[in-house]
Amino acid sequence: MTSIQKILGATAVLALSAGTALADPAVVFDLGGKFDKSFNESAFNGAERWATETGGSYRELEMQSEAQREQALRRLAESGSNPIVMTGFAFSSVLEEVAPDYPDTKFAIVDGFVDAPNVRTILFSEHEGSYLVGMMAAMASETGTVGFVGGMDIPLIRKFACGYAQGVQAVNGDATIIANMTGTTPAAWNDPVKGGELAKSQMSQGADVIYAAAGGTGIGVLQAAADEGKLSIGVDSNQNYLHPGSVLTSMLKRVDNAVYEAFTAGTELETGIVTMDLASGGVGYAVDENNAELVTAEMQAAVDAAAEQIASGALTVHDYTSDDSCPALTF
Amino acid sequence: MDRLPPWVDVVLIPIISLILAFLISGLVIIGIKEDPVEAMRTMVQGALGSSYGWGYTLYYATNFMFTGLAVSVAFRASLFNIGGEGQAMMGGLGVALACLFIPWPHWSFALVGATLSGAAFGALWAAIPAYLQAKKGSHIVITTIMFNFIAASVLNYVLVNQLRPQGSMDPASGRFPDTVALPNLGDILGLVGIPFSRSTPANITLFVALIACVAVWLLIFRSRLGYQIRAFGKSEPATVYAGISPVKITMLTMLISGGLAGMMAINNVMGEAERLVLNAVEGAGFIGIAVALMGRNHPFGVFIAALLFGFLYQGGAELGLWTSIPIELRIVVQALVILFTGALDNMVRMGVEAIYTRFRKAPPEVIKAAEAAE
Repeated sequence: MTSIQKILGATAVLALSAGTALADPAVVFDLGGKFDKSFNESAFNGAERWATETGGSYRELEMQSEAQREQALRRLAESGSNPIVMTGFAFSSVLEEVAPDYPDTKFAIVDGFVDAPNVRTILFSEHEGSYLVGMMAAMASETGTVGFVGGMDIPLIRKFACGYAQGVQAVNGDATIIANMTGTTPAAWNDPVKGGELAKSQMSQGADVIYAAAGGTGIGVLQAAADEGKLSIGVDSNQNYLHPGSVLTSMLKRVDNAVYEAFTAGTELETGIVTMDLASGGVGYAVDENNAELVTAEMQAAVDAAAEQIASGALTVHDYTSDDSCPALTF
Repeated sequence: MDRLPPWVDVVLIPIISLILAFLISGLVIIGIKEDPVEAMRTMVQGALGSSYGWGYTLYYATNFMFTGLAVSVAFRASLFNIGGEGQAMMGGLGVALACLFIPWPHWSFALVGATLSGAAFGALWAAIPAYLQAKKGSHIVITTIMFNFIAASVLNYVLVNQLRPQGSMDPASGRFPDTVALPNLGDILGLVGIPFSRSTPANITLFVALIACVAVWLLIFRSRLGYQIRAFGKSEPATVYAGISPVKITMLTMLISGGLAGMMAINNVMGEAERLVLNAVEGAGFIGIAVALMGRNHPFGVFIAALLFGFLYQGGAELGLWTSIPIELRIVVQALVILFTGALDNMVRMGVEAIYTRFRKAPPEVIKAAEAAE
């Protein structure tokens, strides 16, 4: 029985490796799914851009459970994918164990931190991008009250909220910031109904601009704001097109660029820590035809000035995760 | 109506139900324009075709054994404990605290300690709804499911604000020390000369789960308390008349049930992740309800049903990972299995009974043989 199992297992591995050409890159999406219109989708767009430009092919996997993370990484590494890009901090601990077993395979992790010679750690300065959209929120707000809807209450989302609050206060020191988290389980990333309810509750408290950093939940926030004629701010991908004229802007987190660069570098991927900040275009805010009317020249000038100062280091935005505290907001 | 022999009842009928469930799943797969044979092959190959697949199947099955036993013990007392999810989360916290803050000299001590700690946390979490049910009459279905959400929030608070290492983005505890790492199934089977993949999460907890199955069987069918639990489940007024305290039975049953759910954490938290993550339980508490339902609340039935659901979980994951068939199909198959083995059980049973009675009437010597066997 066991020998049969072994043979079957071996054929399975053979079949897998036969199906992939040598050194195709791979991308692994975190729980939440490829089409979350936000974080994972941005990674998918980067991979697609690489595929259309180079005509290459890549493998992709979507996680469905925690125990699969290690399984997926090992199977991809064993089937010859290189480099392997994964999205989400939840991979950190798993990659720490897997990476040393495959020294010839390059890994790249977005949002996580892994110290290994064959791993590229890609971190984003979300607080800087959030600061900019916070400034825009404060300038667009007529009531002096702005909202923030986060996904799960985790440090990463507090980092978004903290940068946003600092941006708001930089423009209007008296502004009220209402911050809510959607929940404490992973379901909080994909609960547009609750997102909409939170947005409505914030609007009833006077908020007229709401920033959603909540994955798929944000869709509900944007919808609720559009329904009541208020403004919203999207996140990660450019979400301006979802409700033209109602989405003030989107805080861009260029996960697509990170994936695209990693795929382009291929097996020559440089490892180590890469910080995608404002200066390197890793984060930013989106202006397109859908929100051009909402963003005034004055707003744009102020934000661009701040962006320049942040990029040059003249202005520092406090990073919540550096010391687990926020000067502008209490959680 | 004639009584069916036990083998028809416990073997034949579930198998027919399963075949029906898989046939309909096949129709669904054809409906989405995929190949059902290919899908089945991927599932069987992925879950049972290699020691690697078996490792994952057994890992998931171990989780479901604990939660299935937890639900079935409570069911025996007519208590519907749907809080297995929350109890397993709190069990995870108990296991994590035991592993992080007590310097264990060897994994075997740690296993015992963490098991007790996990069980205690799970039991404690079940004790509050149990008390509310026994003393205040708050319905246990409502309270246990609400306690799932409270457990999620407690865990979130503890992980984000207390156990998370400074500077870490991940809402998870630090890694447990290497001394508490449990031997995995590959190591154990390697000792007796059976080659088994070492890169799977299946670990020694599988044997703890098997022991738990036997212990629950002894408890329910061979002990005084088990008799009281079953009697209470059949008729509360009769147990009161017999001098058994409903408060005591409700409390004890739920403590045992919660403890079993909490023990699941030694598999997923201590055995697999070796740290406490927010999403550790992943719905196993709810799968436990289906497992108990399908296993007829009998420990052996729970064991078989847990294996089946472990197969569905791992096989379904392989579908999602390596084919274009969406992972949601796994949920369709699960739902059909539950529907046929649980809800529509009598439909198959009546059919089988009709055929069996006709068969009995035909050859009298078969009846004689059957009677002699009884």
